[in-house]
Parts: sequence; structure tokens; C-alpha cells
Amino acid sequence: MALRIPRALYDQLRQHGEVTYPHECCGVLVGEFDEAGGKVVKAAVQCGNTRTDSPQNRYHIAPSELVRIQREALLAGQDIVGFYHSHPDHPAQWSSTDLDEAHWTGCSYVITSVEKGHAVLTNSFLLLGEEDEKRLEDELYELSAE
Amino acid sequence: MPIKVLIPTPLRPYAGKQSVIEVSAQTVGEALSDLAAQHPDLRKHLFSEEGKLRSFVNVYLNDENIRYLSENATPVKETDILSIIPSVAGGV
Repeated sequence: MALRIPRALYDQLRQHGEVTYPHECCGVLVGEFDEAGGKVVKAAVQCGNTRTDSPQNRYHIAPSELVRIQREALLAGQDIVGFYHSHPDHPAQWSSTDLDEAHWTGCSYVITSVEKGHAVLTNSFLLLGEEDEKRLEDELYELSAE
Repeated sequence: MPIKVLIPTPLRPYAGKQSVIEVSAQTVGEALSDLAAQHPDLRKHLFSEEGKLRSFVNVYLNDENIRYLSENATPVKETDILSIIPSVAGGV
């Protein structure tokens, strides 16, 4: 399975989108890469959205937060395996902006549609390819008990 | 002097699959140059053709963005950690 995420963290990242609605929420998925190229999520770290100029349709995670999260993850023997954000009243499908701003090849980009304040659909996409020919592909995910 | 550079997931295939690389440098610029010298495949992923850091690549010296320090001229010491962090953003 490409991405395994505990049910509790899945619920948590979806609820984050409900709390921030009508603005986009964002966060980092921390976990482990397995030998087969799959990912197991161990934590979903909520982050602030620095796009206070347009939070209803844009998100940006401060690099300073990413630095801290990456450092703490590596100290714990873990890694950044992906990111999540929400689409208020928009489909859980990556946009051209999402692709343009995606640079973490090999990581998952999880998107939740939040309609009128309620999380509806959550999809995961895997970023592949080098910067000038990158693409986001549908990624299967599995919910685990823990 | 030796300092550590943290390599983010997307760049590890070009850095011998390593998450931490030790370089020898007195400044940030020397550290990045030594990194690219050790792993030449990293160069095009870090720098534009003009030799500047790509716009979406952030480099932090400990907890400070080098763009707000002295950029490549920023001095480093042995206990410093250099983090390479591609940006994370998007939207509908």
C-alpha cells in the first residue's frame, strides 16, 4: 500500500480543515518510508498558513516550521513523508497551483474537500518526476488502527 | 571546518540516498559548493543555470534563513546545521 495512515490522524487532518474553514488548512505528515517505497504516517503536524492575504484559496507553510519539523523528525528516526491541505468548497483534486508549488518529489500530497464546513472527500497524490516534468498521480491510501 | 547538511527527501536520490552529509566549509557558500562537489547531480536541483539558489529552495543555517543573513557569505561554525528545505505551498 502506497500510504498508510492511522484512522486517528486521518480524522485529525480532516477536522483541521473544518476548524480553519472557509480558509485552507495545511500541515506536514511525518513518518517512515518502507523498503517497497510505501509510506507509513506517524504524525500529522498542524502548521500555520502564511498566506493571510488569500487564505481561502492559497496555503504556504513557513520554511522555518518545515526546518524544525524535519530536524525533529530526523532526530526521532523518522522523516517528512508528505503534506496535507484542504480545499474549501472545492474538489479534493490537485490544482495547477498545487502542482506548480509542489517540490517534494516522492512525498504524498493529501487534499481534503471541505464543503460548507464539513470534510467530505480526502484524496492522496504522489509527486513524481524532476522539476521541469513533474506530475501528481493518484495515490492509494489505507487507514490503519494505529 | 566540518558541518552537517540535512538533505530533504526529494534530493536524497542525488545525494547517495543520504539524509545528512558532512561538508567542509567556512561559509554557507563554501558548504553548498562542497556539497555539490561531493554530489554533482545535486547541482541542477539546487541552483539555476546562473548559479543562484532556485527560487523554491530555502537554506537555513540552524533556525535562520540565509536570505536574511549574509547569504553565501554567512560564516558557519562546527556545531551549525545547514538545512535545505524546498517550499511547500498550493491552493485551489
